Amino acid sequence: MRHILSILMENEPGVLSRVAGLFSGRGFNIETLNVAPTLEAGVSHMTITTTGDDQIIEQIIKQLRKLVTVIKVIDLTGTKSVEREMMLIKVNAEEGKRAEILRIVDIFRCKVVDVDLDELTIQITGDHGKIEAIINLLQRFGIKDVIRTGAVAMRRSMQ
Amino acid sequence: MELTGAQILLESLVREGVDVMFGYPGGAVIDIYHHLPQYPLTHILTRHEQGAIHAADGYARAKGKVGVCLVTSGPGATNTVTGIATAYMDSIPVVIFTGQVPTPLIGNDAFQEVDIVGISRPCTKHNYLVKDIKEMAATIKEAFYLARSGRPGPVLVDLPKDILASKTTYHYPETVHMRSYNPTYEPNKKQVRRVVDLIRKAKKPLIYAGGGVIASNAHDDLQWLATTCQIPVTATLMGLGCIPGEDPLFLGMLGMHGTYTANHAVSEADLILAVGARFDDRVTGKVTTFAKKATLVHIDIDPTSIQKNVAVHVPVVSGCREFLSALRSEIEPCLKGDDCLPPHKEWLEQIHEWATTKPLHYESKPGVIKPQAVVESIYKITRGEAIITTEVGQNQMWAAQFYKFKYPRTFISSGGLGTMGYGFPAAIGAQMAFPDKLVIDIAGDGSIQMNIQEMATAVCYGLPVKIVILNNGYLGMVRQWQELFYQENYCSTCLDVAPDFVKLAEAYGATGFQITDPDAVESTLREAFALKSTVIVDVSVDPMENVSPMVPAGKSLTDMILV
Ligand SMILES: Cc1ncc(C[n+]2csc(CCOP(=O)(O)OP(=O)(O)O)c2C)c(N)n1
Repeated sequence: MRHILSILMENEPGVLSRVAGLFSGRGFNIETLNVAPTLEAGVSHMTITTTGDDQIIEQIIKQLRKLVTVIKVIDLTGTKSVEREMMLIKVNAEEGKRAEILRIVDIFRCKVVDVDLDELTIQITGDHGKIEAIINLLQRFGIKDVIRTGAVAMRRSMQ
Repeated sequence: MELTGAQILLESLVREGVDVMFGYPGGAVIDIYHHLPQYPLTHILTRHEQGAIHAADGYARAKGKVGVCLVTSGPGATNTVTGIATAYMDSIPVVIFTGQVPTPLIGNDAFQEVDIVGISRPCTKHNYLVKDIKEMAATIKEAFYLARSGRPGPVLVDLPKDILASKTTYHYPETVHMRSYNPTYEPNKKQVRRVVDLIRKAKKPLIYAGGGVIASNAHDDLQWLATTCQIPVTATLMGLGCIPGEDPLFLGMLGMHGTYTANHAVSEADLILAVGARFDDRVTGKVTTFAKKATLVHIDIDPTSIQKNVAVHVPVVSGCREFLSALRSEIEPCLKGDDCLPPHKEWLEQIHEWATTKPLHYESKPGVIKPQAVVESIYKITRGEAIITTEVGQNQMWAAQFYKFKYPRTFISSGGLGTMGYGFPAAIGAQMAFPDKLVIDIAGDGSIQMNIQEMATAVCYGLPVKIVILNNGYLGMVRQWQELFYQENYCSTCLDVAPDFVKLAEAYGATGFQITDPDAVESTLREAFALKSTVIVDVSVDPMENVSPMVPAGKSLTDMILV
């Protein structure tokens, strides 16, 4: 099952490689990984999506907590949380296809960020499901390139 | 007061209570060596950095204090990696100081530069590169704190040459505060009561003790629990000595080369208290059949050890000593009333029957020296009062099986990593920790050749370490596997050319003995152990002897062969 882990850690050199090394060294899989500073100086936030059964996820979380530079780890899966990912996707868009693609862009509330004679680059933000859905829809036009940020996620406010 | 980085290091070591360190100099750490004579620190110059780190590790295991190792950058640092991994796998507190090229050169492939922080990341508890002289003192303080607290382990501090040479005012922090690191020592009270309840109801309880018992000095409470509640005890390799080897409640080691009794007891028990042990695959055999009838209680300071290899029913994150003493406080009051704990009479009888019908044994052959008999002799002569280190292989298993370890910290062996070449430098460390004790490295002829250069170290410092080589002319343990599981294809395990160990000892200025006659074993060992010098005793043992019994890898504990 897919899990989203939210990790707070000291922003020290090497902390990313400690986390990444932990996954590779123990044969765990990182699907996406995202790091950036938080409001608090010296503290970074990392969002990792990974897959595994309960026992593997439990190990991953415990091992992450064991890293001396890791302050906090929460599994957002199954909790109320907001998840977003951004994707840039470049699709074939010859005359005759373009209108339909633009309709999809409209429905999904995404944005065209670059146009060429026979291709469009679209920016989309959304949760995992939405991103997958639009990839599926655009597949038949011919996707030339895709860049994704991987998920960022945050717990929802209580009320 | 302004001090250089090198002085700050030395000053801080003194404040941490360090009295001895093991090391090897080089350009990057020359500043430290320059100031070293001014400090009350004994530095042991080994002949290889691997020797230094194993010696620091052996010192830590014997003494229960943090071991310290100091080496130079590049090759000096990489030479310690096997030793760091050895300490990491067995949770041994050591702090390793490595030199590093000057900060402006880091990342430039400078002479003798290596990213030791990157290399050692997966095999240290934590590591540091000191980039600012102002952080130096606090980093050293943290390194020692991390090494010895929680689940102990090796911590590496990389020290660039320019930092060692630059100056700042010295202030050594009194305390450490790390918000991301807070080991849990005290057990949850409810869990403790639950365990008492389980003990009360159990008909076939068993204690499975590991290195955590020794690391946390929990052996007294463990013995109290075993004796008071009449619970038999089995131990991992790392747990040997947690209860006297001759205690009737001690079943011997469990696992691949464990006793018949221990392995059957695990399989029949209805309650297993796993204390400071981590269910290593060498212990569990096939996991799916491990301890199937038991309620498993697992006490460990490290949450990652719990539920990693086997599913446990009662997980307790706690220090072993804190848990056992909490258990004791719960149990002691009920001992007075009728509410006494049941004595599990049938269970103890069953165990007694296993132990008497299937003891550890070996066959004697006239004119042939059996390695097990050599270990028994060592035990007889030392009466369990020596510190035994081992190399890795059959020698290690025979030492574990036939020497009845009386006290904790008297069996010093590479468990988790199984590092050949560990035992001798570790013996040097142990001898530094206890100059007046008899320290014996039980070795194989293969392993001893991996760090034999440390003979010079032992002789140089007048360390009376005794090396007893169970010389079978083979990489015996691998040869045993080839015999049993690879159609006797003895490829690359015969050590045809070996040095004359007696002459080798003499070449180093030590004393050498050779034993080829079974009748000479005891008397020669006695003579050797009585000497106040470094000694090699080369014993020609039966070349084809196997370690028995054995659970083939991946089989269930009760599927033992060679019983
Ligand atoms: C550094 C290292 N290399 C290889 C091995 C694999 N290995 C395990 S036991 C063993 C044989 C050891 O031979 P020896 O030291 O002669 O001891 P014996 O088994 O004969 O007692 C080997 C090669 C190891 N454990 N460590």
